[in-house]
Amino acid sequence: MAERISRLRSLVGSWDAALLVALVLVVAVGAVTVEGVASPRFWRFVTLEVIPIALIALPMTLVIVTGEIDLSVASVLGLTCTVMGQLWLWGVTSLPVLVVAGLLLGALLGAVNGLFVTVFGLPSLAVTIGTLALYRGLAYVVLGDRAVADYPPQWTAGAIGAIPGLTIPWAIIVVVVLAVAFGIVLHATPIGRGLYAMGNNAEAARFAGISVVRTKFWLFVATGAMSALAGVFWTLRYASARADNGSGLELAVVAAVLLGGVSIFGGRGGLIGVIAAVVLLGTLRNALQLAYVPANTLTIITGSLLIVSVVGPNVAGLLRERLRRRRPAATPVTQAE
Amino acid sequence: MRESPPILSLRNVSKSFGAVHALTDVRLDLRAGEVHGLVGENGAGKSTLVKILAGAHPADAGTLTVDGKELRPSGPADARAAGIAVIYQEPTLFPDLSVAENIFMSRQPLRSLRRIDAGAMRAATAGLFARLGIHLDPGRPARGLSIADQQLVEIAKALAFDARVLIMDEPTAALSGVEVERLFSVVASLRESGAAVLFISHRFDEIFALCRRVTVMRDGRWVSTDPAAGLTVDDLVRRMVGREVSSLYPKTETAPGEPLLEVRGLTRHGVFDDVSFTVRGGEIVALAGLVGAGRSEVARAVFGVDRYDAGEVLAGGGRLPKGDTAAAIAAGLALVPEDRRQQGLVMELSVERNATLTRRWSLSRLGLLLGGGERAAAREWSERLRVKAARLSDPVATLSGGNQQKVVLAKWLSTGPKVLIVDEPTRGIDVGTKAEVHRLLSELAGQGVAVLMISSELPEVLGMADRVLVMHEGRLVADLPRTRADEQSVLLAATGQGGAG
Repeated sequence: MAERISRLRSLVGSWDAALLVALVLVVAVGAVTVEGVASPRFWRFVTLEVIPIALIALPMTLVIVTGEIDLSVASVLGLTCTVMGQLWLWGVTSLPVLVVAGLLLGALLGAVNGLFVTVFGLPSLAVTIGTLALYRGLAYVVLGDRAVADYPPQWTAGAIGAIPGLTIPWAIIVVVVLAVAFGIVLHATPIGRGLYAMGNNAEAARFAGISVVRTKFWLFVATGAMSALAGVFWTLRYASARADNGSGLELAVVAAVLLGGVSIFGGRGGLIGVIAAVVLLGTLRNALQLAYVPANTLTIITGSLLIVSVVGPNVAGLLRERLRRRRPAATPVTQAE
Repeated sequence: MRESPPILSLRNVSKSFGAVHALTDVRLDLRAGEVHGLVGENGAGKSTLVKILAGAHPADAGTLTVDGKELRPSGPADARAAGIAVIYQEPTLFPDLSVAENIFMSRQPLRSLRRIDAGAMRAATAGLFARLGIHLDPGRPARGLSIADQQLVEIAKALAFDARVLIMDEPTAALSGVEVERLFSVVASLRESGAAVLFISHRFDEIFALCRRVTVMRDGRWVSTDPAAGLTVDDLVRRMVGREVSSLYPKTETAPGEPLLEVRGLTRHGVFDDVSFTVRGGEIVALAGLVGAGRSEVARAVFGVDRYDAGEVLAGGGRLPKGDTAAAIAAGLALVPEDRRQQGLVMELSVERNATLTRRWSLSRLGLLLGGGERAAAREWSERLRVKAARLSDPVATLSGGNQQKVVLAKWLSTGPKVLIVDEPTRGIDVGTKAEVHRLLSELAGQGVAVLMISSELPEVLGMADRVLVMHEGRLVADLPRTRADEQSVLLAATGQGGAG
């Protein structure tokens, strides 16, 4: 019982709770002050914006929990788009074939990252900065400055179609199902337990029989495949394949994951916070756009939030420590001899 | 003999961290010219006491008086200004500064224009060293000093502050015999000069050699303070543990059964060479040798944490694949590693997560870990091993060393191993827990488990083992049955002089 109460208390004071409160505040303030935020169209748009970020943020959360990072995700998305476009130009007109090809390519690109990180033991930050440039470069090799924009319109209509009776696109259901799946893996399976263990102390994880190398490799493969899935969505939504698709998206993803309370050093954080952060950032961005806030200001705000998310938990911990120290000194020392 | 009044005294000091009462009504008097011993099991509250004296933690209740004046330090600086200095087990000097600069850090003697007077600083340091009888160059950088020398620098630093109360928290734990001797002579000269020294140690011989009075603590409470002259080791152990420790080495005789672990010609170039041995069910086999003889490395290779170049490991009815820890665990092996903090535990994770990390697959249903399966398993094992933890959801880092080791043991014993490898199972844990660990190992052997115990403590090796294997420079040089193993034969083999075996 006491344990349950303390759990409740820790939830109330947690970062997740703070994010949910912030999300409610942004929605409430936005709905009152900005024309259009209360409308269903706004939420349809937010959802479409958020879907690719959410798709990539799911595996990215797991990667960062293990203490690694993958910055090549947006380039994987771009390269997937261009290769699918080239296949279309070559006459592949079957959507399932294009999608499967895209996903396989993404998995392969992720495997290359994983190989460098695990087999050669290189830091993932360096490896994926390299492949960020490499994959984007390859995307330009494939399509150059051309754009493939003659996909059938019904593909787009299908991808962004609404759930019957609502304005929200049905694709969000796919995201929700995947989020639940990733959430279960991270929080309620032996694999998830292993991820937290290796993120905190890879050596102790190895001594406990956890295959750190194999797990990390497959995480990079999964991240590649999910980035490719985001690329598929991107292609269908805009009916356009260009080499610069999704450029810079990796920062939005990493920002969301860190704001979601996942420690950049690994071993800490959870998926609920990340989902809340993805929605929060998406809503904030679109509401500000509606309020005619210039794009530069938007970038500044996103950047500041990223800093807050990294600094915030540390400052909170520091303050708590201060309070804890001050409290006993404030009460008079009893019992003199 | 008339007793001088105490320089420092603690009365009715209490301290809690959340629901844990670290200290309750503790008292302590330190007199000038006295070395005062403080003993207690890990978790008895010694470290908390030191932190209160050092000003690092405020006491919740009680008084601290220095020279008859009450002191309420709001930080380490206050305690230091009152003349209290703490010498930690592993001092933290600035490695790139000179010894003299370290000693006078933030209080450098100044010349005009606030320039540091390096000459005066050096001379003052040399003076301090002369007083203590230390031979160190004040101008050399702190980097590269042995731990023993670093401690001496810390002591000199304390004298430079005119400290009259020195608190030494297990200063000898990391020192060699000669270094301990030298530290003792420094402590003796401090005593002669009228300082009060609080000396904390797990080693009873040191307590008796150095201290005039000894205070015993248990479970955060003061138990007794008596002149050392009237005490025996048994008295101290009984007071520390609160019950009779029947035997530190409860060895039971068992008939060895089938071979459960066979190692044949195991070689890793430059680390160990052609190591072969067998451990049978019900047998405790000690692996003795000097530090660096390659014992831990053999254990790691057997367990699949490291790879090896040649040879084979047979267990669980087959040959184990190289470098595959999961396969070794599946074959019934368990390894309680040498370095608890780096290898045994994930310090930031909770007690329950650590205790069940090895069983996360067997505790899951359909691949899911839902409900309280992990907590129930963790609770069962922490009760069986009597782990003292406020909550199982607390980070394992908040436990004392002995309790952390119990969590590591729980983590591995709960897998039901057939072969248990323990690497320095009682290093840095208190005497009560030590006896518990030994009893546990004996019980396991009695149940037919094959135990391979790496230990650098000779009494432990001789007290527990059915057979003693000795390694020297990567080779197995002796295989001594219990009847023929004694201090001399093991030491001779370990230093490469014995032809025994």
